[in-house]
Amino acid sequence: MFNKTYLGVAIAALLVHPFNASAASDADLQAIREQIQQLKQSYEQRIAQLEQRLQSAEATSKQAVAAAAQAQTTAQQTSVAQTAPRAVASTGGEGAFNPAISLILGGTYGTLRQNPAIPATGFAMNPNPGHERGFNLGESELGISANIDANYRGVATLALDPAGGVGVENAFVQTSALGNGLNLKFGRYFSGLGYLNEQHAHAWDFVDQPLVYAALWGNQLGEDGLQAKWLAPTDTFIEVGGELGRGRGFPGSDRIKNGAGSGVLFAHVGDDIGIEHSWRFGASLHKTHAADRISDAVPDLLGTAGGVSNSFSGDSQTTGLDFVWKYSPNGNISERYLKLQGEYFRRKESGLLTYDTAGANLTDSFSVTQSGWYLQSVYQFMPRWRAGLRYDRLDPGIASVGALNVGNVISSYGFQPTRTSLMLDYSQSEFSRLRLQLARDNSRQGLPDNQFFVQYIMSLGAHGAHQY
Amino acid sequence: MKKILYVSLLLLISGNAHAALNVFACEPEWAALTQQLAGDKVSIYTATGALQDSHRVEARPSLIAKARRANLVVCTGAELEMAWLPVVLRESGNSAVQPGNSGYFEAAQSVQMLEVPTRLDRADGDVHAAGNPHIQTDPRNFLTIADALSKRLIQLDPAHIAHYQQQLATFNQQWHAAIAKWEKQSAPLRGVAIIVQHRSFPYLNNWLGLKQVAELEPKPGMEPSAAYLGQVLNQLQQHPAKMVVRAAYQDGRPSEWIAERAHISAVMLPFTVGGTPQSGDLFALFDDTIQRLLEGLK
Repeated sequence: MFNKTYLGVAIAALLVHPFNASAASDADLQAIREQIQQLKQSYEQRIAQLEQRLQSAEATSKQAVAAAAQAQTTAQQTSVAQTAPRAVASTGGEGAFNPAISLILGGTYGTLRQNPAIPATGFAMNPNPGHERGFNLGESELGISANIDANYRGVATLALDPAGGVGVENAFVQTSALGNGLNLKFGRYFSGLGYLNEQHAHAWDFVDQPLVYAALWGNQLGEDGLQAKWLAPTDTFIEVGGELGRGRGFPGSDRIKNGAGSGVLFAHVGDDIGIEHSWRFGASLHKTHAADRISDAVPDLLGTAGGVSNSFSGDSQTTGLDFVWKYSPNGNISERYLKLQGEYFRRKESGLLTYDTAGANLTDSFSVTQSGWYLQSVYQFMPRWRAGLRYDRLDPGIASVGALNVGNVISSYGFQPTRTSLMLDYSQSEFSRLRLQLARDNSRQGLPDNQFFVQYIMSLGAHGAHQY
Repeated sequence: MKKILYVSLLLLISGNAHAALNVFACEPEWAALTQQLAGDKVSIYTATGALQDSHRVEARPSLIAKARRANLVVCTGAELEMAWLPVVLRESGNSAVQPGNSGYFEAAQSVQMLEVPTRLDRADGDVHAAGNPHIQTDPRNFLTIADALSKRLIQLDPAHIAHYQQQLATFNQQWHAAIAKWEKQSAPLRGVAIIVQHRSFPYLNNWLGLKQVAELEPKPGMEPSAAYLGQVLNQLQQHPAKMVVRAAYQDGRPSEWIAERAHISAVMLPFTVGGTPQSGDLFALFDDTIQRLLEGLK
C-alpha cells in the first residue's frame, strides 16, 4: 500500500534528522516541524480521501452483494491511483492528449506588383505555387498523432483549405519497435529528400519556399508509399533511406497501374563540432516517370497569345545536395543562434513532348536539364527576434527538341530567374510567430517584382518536437 | 570494394562495443549521478551542456546517433525535454530506449513534484502538466532517484549487481553526510526573501527555506520586458528581497538590472554540474550553490 516515493521521503527525512540534531538551531527545528507538518497534512488528506472512497464503496455494497465485490475492486484500484500520483502524472508529453491534437492557424497579407500567376521564365511547364495578394487565410493545419500500439505510431495532418474542403497532407504510420536503427513509414508522407522537403509550412523560415522547391517540387514532394530508413550504429550520424511511391505529384503524374511510380534514395551525415556547432549534409536521388503530364499556357516560338497546352511523357531524374550548419554561443539556442543552409537540385527529363495538344498536336522527342539552388541564413540576434536573408536562383537549361517541334517549342530562354528575400520575425512564445518579408523577385524576365508580406503562424494544442 | 565497406562498417560497430552499458544522459546532473552509481561499468554521453536551456535544445543529428547506440536513456522527464527528446528517440530506431521500455529512465518519476498546475492554459506561459521539472536543485531528491536508477542499472546489467549495490551504498552514505553538512552551512539562508529570474528553484527554496517573493519573467518561459521589470522593482519596495537568483544558462542582464536598482545582490547559481567552474561534480554542485547563496547575503 505504501507509496515508494513517500517511503523514500520518510526514510530520507529520518536519515537526515539525526545528522541535523547535532546542530539543531531553532530555525532548523522549526523547519523540521514544518516538514513533519506537511507530511502529516498530506497523509491526513490522503486518509480522508481513502475513507470517502471506502464509504462510497460500502454504500454500494449494501445494495447488492455482487455489486459490492465489484465496488471493492474499484475502491482498491482507485486507492492505488491515489497513493501513486507519479504513475498518473507520467502520461505527460505527447500522450497527455491521447491522441495529440494540434491546430496551426496561419495567414498572410501580400503586396505584389506583378501578377503572381505568371511562372518563372523557362519554367512554364513546371508547377507555380505563386503567392496571394491582399489578405489571405493560409491553410489551417490540423494535426493528430499518437502511438497506435507498442509497434506503431500514426500521424495525420489535414490541410483545411480556406476556400473549403480538406486536403490530406500527411497520413502515415511509422514503426517504433523495429530497433537496430530501422524506421519504416507508410502512407502519405513528405519525401525525405533534401532538407526542407520534410518540414511543414509552419516551420519554414520564410513565408514561401525557395524558388527551386516551388518550380521543381511544387513547393513540397508528398508521396503515397513506403519509406525505409536505417541509422548506422556510429558516433557520427549516418543515415540512409529509400522510398517507393505512387509518384502522384509533380514531376510524376498519377497513374492507374501496378507497381511503384517513383523511387527516392537519400543519405544524411551529421555531427556536432564542440557544443556550439552542428551540421548535416545530405544527398538525394529521385526518379519517376511522367505520363501525359499536361501544362497549360506555355509560351512558344510562334508567340501564340495565352500560350499553348503541352503534354510530356518520359523519365525524370533529380539529384540533390543539401547542407545545414547551425551555430549557437554555448549551444544555448534560446539566446542567440545562426543557421546557414543551402540546397541544390538538378533534374534531367527526357521523353516525348506533344506541342499544342488543342491545335497542332505535334509529338517529338524532348529533353532538358533544369537546376536551381538557394542559400539562406537565419540569425536570432536576441531572444524572440530573428532576421533572415535568402538568395534563390534557377536555371531552365537548354532543351534539345525533336525536329518536328524545333520551330514551335522554345529550347533556350537565355535568362536565369533569381530572387532575394529578407525576413524579420518575432515570437512572443514558441507557439506564436509574426513575420515581415520583403523580396526582390527577378524570376520573370522583364517583370521585376517587389513583394511584401506580413504573416502570422499560431499553434494551438499539442506542439510536437521539431526536426533538426 | 563492397567487402572493404562491409569490413569497415563492422569495425565501426565493434569499435564501440567494450563498455558494458552506453548511457545517454539528457542533462549533466544525471550523467554525474549515473557515473557515481555505475563507475567504470558505463560509458556516458551527456546530451546537453550546463549552459544550455534544456527546455530548448534541437534534435541534432549527433543526439540521434548517440541515442541509437544507447542502452539506457536517463532524463528528467516531466516534459522538460519535450521539445527535442521525442524526435531524438523516434529517429534513433532504438526500440530499447523508447518510453515505457526498461532503457528509458525518468528521474521525475521518483520525486514528489512541486508546482503541479491546477489548470493547464498556455496563457499561463510555459507550465508543465506534471509539475516543475527542475528537480535537481534539492539534493534530497537524488536519494530516491539514485535508488531507482541503481535498480534500473541492475536490471539492465545484472552481472554486476554487487558492484552497483556497493556504489549505491557508498553514494547514499556520502550524500547523507553531505546533505547534513549543507543544511548546517545554509542555516543563515532560512526564511531569506529572494527573487528568481525563471521559475527554476522551487525545490531549492523548499529545501533551504528560501522565500521567493517575485519572478522576473512575467510568465514562465517568457522573457522579462523592461516594463515588467519596472513593476517588479516597485513591488520590491513593499516586499524587499535580499538577492535575485538565476541559473547559469540564463541571460544575466535582467537580474543585474534589478540588482543594481534595488541595491541587492545578483546571484548566479550553477543549476547543474558544470554550470560554474567550481561545480565539477554532484557534491561540488551543492557546495558551490550554497557558497554563492551565502555570498549573496552579504
